[in-house]
Amino acid sequence: MFNLHYKLEKYSIRFAVAIILVAAVGGIVEIAPLFTIDETVEQDPNMRVYTPLELAGRNIYIREGCYACHSQMIRTLRDEVERYGHYSLAVESQYDHPMLWGSKRTGPDLARVGEKYSDAWHVRHLTNPRAVVPESVMPSYTWLEKDLRTKDLGQHLAALRKVGVPYTDAMIEHAAQDAYGQANPDSDAAAGVEERYGEATHIRSFDGDSRKTSEMDALVAYLQILGRLSDAATQTPPSAAPSTAESSVTEEAPDGN
Amino acid sequence: MIQQLTKFERRFGLVISVLVAGAGLTLIGMSEDGLLAIHGTIILAAGFIAALLTGGTIHEPEPDAKRLESYYDDPIKFGIIVSMIWAVFGMFMGVWVATLLAYPEWTFDAAWSSFGRLRPVHTTGVIFGFGGNALIATSFHVMQRTSRARMADQLSPWFVLLGYNLFCILAVSGYFMGITQSKEYAEPEWYADIWLVIVWVAYFALYMRTLARRREPHIYVANWYYLAFILVVAVLHIVNNLAVPVSFGHIKSYSAFSGVQDAMTQWWYGHNAVAFFLTAGFLGMLYYYLPKRAGRPIYSYRMSIIGFWGITFFYMWAGSHHLHFTALPQWVQTLGMTFSVMLLVPSWIAAANALLTLNGAWGKVRDDATLRFMFLAAVFYGLSTFEGSFMAIRSVNALSHYTDWTVGPVHAGALGWVALITFGSFYALVPWLWKREGMYSSKLVEVHFWLALSGTLVYVFAMWNSGVIQGLMWRTYNESGALAYSFNESMVAMHPYYIARAIGGLLFLAGAVVGFYNIWKTTKMDTVQSSVPSGDGLIADDASHSR
Repeated sequence: MFNLHYKLEKYSIRFAVAIILVAAVGGIVEIAPLFTIDETVEQDPNMRVYTPLELAGRNIYIREGCYACHSQMIRTLRDEVERYGHYSLAVESQYDHPMLWGSKRTGPDLARVGEKYSDAWHVRHLTNPRAVVPESVMPSYTWLEKDLRTKDLGQHLAALRKVGVPYTDAMIEHAAQDAYGQANPDSDAAAGVEERYGEATHIRSFDGDSRKTSEMDALVAYLQILGRLSDAATQTPPSAAPSTAESSVTEEAPDGN
Repeated sequence: MIQQLTKFERRFGLVISVLVAGAGLTLIGMSEDGLLAIHGTIILAAGFIAALLTGGTIHEPEPDAKRLESYYDDPIKFGIIVSMIWAVFGMFMGVWVATLLAYPEWTFDAAWSSFGRLRPVHTTGVIFGFGGNALIATSFHVMQRTSRARMADQLSPWFVLLGYNLFCILAVSGYFMGITQSKEYAEPEWYADIWLVIVWVAYFALYMRTLARRREPHIYVANWYYLAFILVVAVLHIVNNLAVPVSFGHIKSYSAFSGVQDAMTQWWYGHNAVAFFLTAGFLGMLYYYLPKRAGRPIYSYRMSIIGFWGITFFYMWAGSHHLHFTALPQWVQTLGMTFSVMLLVPSWIAAANALLTLNGAWGKVRDDATLRFMFLAAVFYGLSTFEGSFMAIRSVNALSHYTDWTVGPVHAGALGWVALITFGSFYALVPWLWKREGMYSSKLVEVHFWLALSGTLVYVFAMWNSGVIQGLMWRTYNESGALAYSFNESMVAMHPYYIARAIGGLLFLAGAVVGFYNIWKTTKMDTVQSSVPSGDGLIADDASHSR
C-alpha cells in the first residue's frame, strides 16, 4: 500500500483524481438515495404552498438572518415535543427552498409558532421585543413598516416552480394582487386569494394598518403560517407516525426525567 | 510590483480587468431590484482600478530575466497583509455580535447593524477573509518551496488573490444589505458564487501548473492537503449553491433543493467546509511550517498517508450528524455518527504526527513563541476533533445540539487550531519573505501567544458552561412531570456566560491587533544582506523539502 502511494505521489493529475474519487463516495451514498427512496418524505396531497405574501415574509425572515437564532425543526425528543409541539416531519418543509431548519436556538424554535400568538403580539414583539419579553436579546426590527415590494412576486413564484414547487399559472399571474389582497380583507383582491390558496388561508391585515401592505404584514403572515401548511403531523398520532420518524417520542426521550 | 509582470501579462491583465468592469456594468444595467446595481458598482470599481494599474504600466520595460531564478513572493506578501486586515475586522465583528447577545441595545438603530445581518459578516470575515487569504498565501509559498519551482506565471496568483477578495467583499457588503441565501457559510448569492468558481478554477490550474514544473520527484504532503482543500471545496461549493435566480436582474435565488434533501446537502457542505477549508488547508500549513520551524523532519511518512486519506474519505460522510433526531431518515443519521466517530482515528494520527515531529525540539517549543503557536495549534486540533466526534454521538448530540455547546468547540477549533497555526506560520514566514533577521519584536509574539491562549480558554469554558446548562434546563422536569424551566429562564441563565465569551473574544482580538502591528513593523525593518535567513531556500540550492 505504501509502495503504491510512493508511486502515486509522483503524479499530480492522478493524485487529484484520486482525491476527487475518495471524497465523492460519502456524499453520493448519503445524498443521492434521499431523492430516490419514496419513504424519505411523507405524502400529503392537501399540503398547500406559501402564498405570495407569506413567501415575501419568508424572504424577509431570510434577509434579516432570523434563522441564525431560531430553528424550525422540532426533534423527536420528549421535552421538545412538549415544549414546541409534534416533532417536525420532512413533508412540512418540502416546499422550502432552502430549508430553514437552523442550527442554533438562541431564541425558541419556530416550527409551529403559527397562530400561537396574536398578530398584534408579533408586531409589538418585532418592533420592540423587550416591551413584551423583558429578558429577550432579540434585535428591534423597526424598519419593517415600509411598503412591501410586490411587483416581482410573480417572478419569484415562477422561479420556485422551476425548482419544483407546484405554483399554477394563475397563482403566478396574480401574485402581486394576491399579496395585496391577503393583507386587505375588504378589498376586491381578497377573494382571489381564498380561491387560489384555500379557505384556511389567513386573510387579514396582519400589521393592523390596512392602508398599506408593509413588510411587517408579510413577515407576520409568514410567522402565522409556520407549522400550518400541512396537517400531516396533527392528524397522525405519534405512535402511527410515518416511517421517516420511526423512532417514537417515548423511545427517544433523553434521561432528563 | 506590477513592473515585475511581463508585458504580455500586463496586457492580459488589462483585458481581464476590462472584462470584470464590463461584467459590473452589465449587472448595473440588468438590475431590477437596485441591490444588484450596488454590487455591480463594486465590481465595476474593482475592474476599473485593476485596469488603471495594469494599463498604466503597459509601456514599462520587460522585467529582468534574473527574476526567473528566484521564487515569486510578491502575491504572498500581499495575501498575508490582507489576511491580517480581515482577521482584525472579522474578529472585531465577532466581539460585537457576542456583545449583542448580552446587551442587545449596543448597536445602531439601523437594519445593517442588527445581529442577524452582522453574524454572517463575522463568520465570513474570519473564515473566508482571514482563513481563506492565509490559505492562498501560504499555499503559494509552500507549493513553490516544496517543488523548488517558481510559480507558473505571475498574473494568475494576482487574479486568484484579488478575485477571491472581491468575492469576500461582495459577500460581506451583501449581508449588511440583507443579501443572503441563508445557507450557513454559503450565504453569498448566485453571481458571487459564479465568480468564485472562476477564481477557483484559476487557483487549481495555477497549483497544478506549478506542481508540473517541480524539480522534486515527489509531491510533498503539505501539497496533498492544499490540493484536497482546493478540489473538494470546489465540489462542495458548486453542488450546495445550485439555485435558480428570480431573474438575471435580481440578487435573489431559490435553492435547487428543498426540505430534507436541502438540509442534507447543506450540512454535507457545512461540515466539509470545516473539513476541507478549516482542516485540510491548515494541515497543509502545519505540515510545512512546523517541521521547518522545529528543524525536524516529519515524524512518520506512513502516518501522513493514513491521516490524509482517512480524513479525505471519512469526513465526507460526517455531515449528517448535524441533523440527529430531525426529519432526516435515521439511516443517514446513523451513517453520519458512525463515520464521525471513526474520523477520530485519522484526525489524531495527523495531530500525533505533528506533535511527535517536535520530539527532540521541545526546548525550542519552550523558548520560541512562534513554534509554541504551532504546537498549541496541534494540541487544539486534537482536542476539537475529539469533541467533534464525541458530540456526533446521538445521545450526546441530543443534549448539545441547538445550544452554545456547539459554538464552544467550533471556536476551540477556529481560535485554538486554525488561527493559532496561521499566526505561527505567519511569524515564521514574514521574516523569510521580507528577508528580515526576525520579527520586529519577539516580545510581542510572546504577548500575542498568551492573549490568544487566554482568550481561547475563556471563550471555550464560557460556552461549555452555558451550552450544558442550556441543554439541561431545556430537558429538566419537575416532580409533577412538567418541564421545569421556560425558555426565557434558560436565556437569563446564559447572560453571565455571554459576557465572559465577549471578554474571551476581546482578548483574542487584542492578540490579533498586536500581531498585525508586529508584522507591519517587520515589513518596515531593514533587509538582511546575507542571502536567506533560516533556510527559506533559493530554487537552485534548496533541496531540504522532499519527503
